[in-house]
Amino acid sequence: MIATRVTTDRLDPAALVQAVETPGSGAIATFVGLVRDHNQGRRVLHLVYEAYEPLAERALTRILDEARDRWPTAVLAVHHRTGKLEVGQVSVAIAAASPHRSEAFAACRYAIERVKQIVPIWKHEYFEGGDVWIEGATADPDDTSARDSAMRIACA
Amino acid sequence: MRVTVRLFARLRELVGAGELSRNVAAGAVVAVVWDDLAREYPAISPYAGSMSCAVNAEYARMTTVVDEDDEVAFLPPVSGG
Repeated sequence: MIATRVTTDRLDPAALVQAVETPGSGAIATFVGLVRDHNQGRRVLHLVYEAYEPLAERALTRILDEARDRWPTAVLAVHHRTGKLEVGQVSVAIAAASPHRSEAFAACRYAIERVKQIVPIWKHEYFEGGDVWIEGATADPDDTSARDSAMRIACA
Repeated sequence: MRVTVRLFARLRELVGAGELSRNVAAGAVVAVVWDDLAREYPAISPYAGSMSCAVNAEYARMTTVVDEDDEVAFLPPVSGG
């Protein structure tokens, strides 16, 4: 099991949970992102995720490094899927293990917030009546205000 | 010198290609590569204020100097998760 992965294969959240567990683990928090059937009033048919893969892998590794700096006892894995995903399929899976629950929850939340900020992956939404590229954050890993914002959300 | 330009998502669609080979002067910065491309494809100009860039699959700045055979990528705002 690789801690970071960008793949067209189906994601297996249970495998991530197993992978992060160590004898010192007292808690494992997970986040599983799904393709939902609606977005901003549109009926979503499916999504196609595109990635700049080598940079996406590096960005995921960076997120794990950042999390390790803040929560040294946490063990994380983050996998993101690309390609065509149907409603109900898993687009992103994160598992965070730590001796106590607070670090596991915080590290898991931090990881998904940072995924949305700095990982070069894009959603192409196909809905009833058309399609649209979803555009969120301008990716800048060195933007400390974005990082601080993710940290505040994680520790709220 | 030649550089490879990579484009993703809507930028890729606006240009009609995900990969282009372009000529720039030695010592050029990423902004020069972008400006040349935006002259060629004016539809991408609105992204000047919101995109990110990368050189050889590492995040870079518009002021980063590019070398021969570098891969210069322009990235619209991201939407993973």
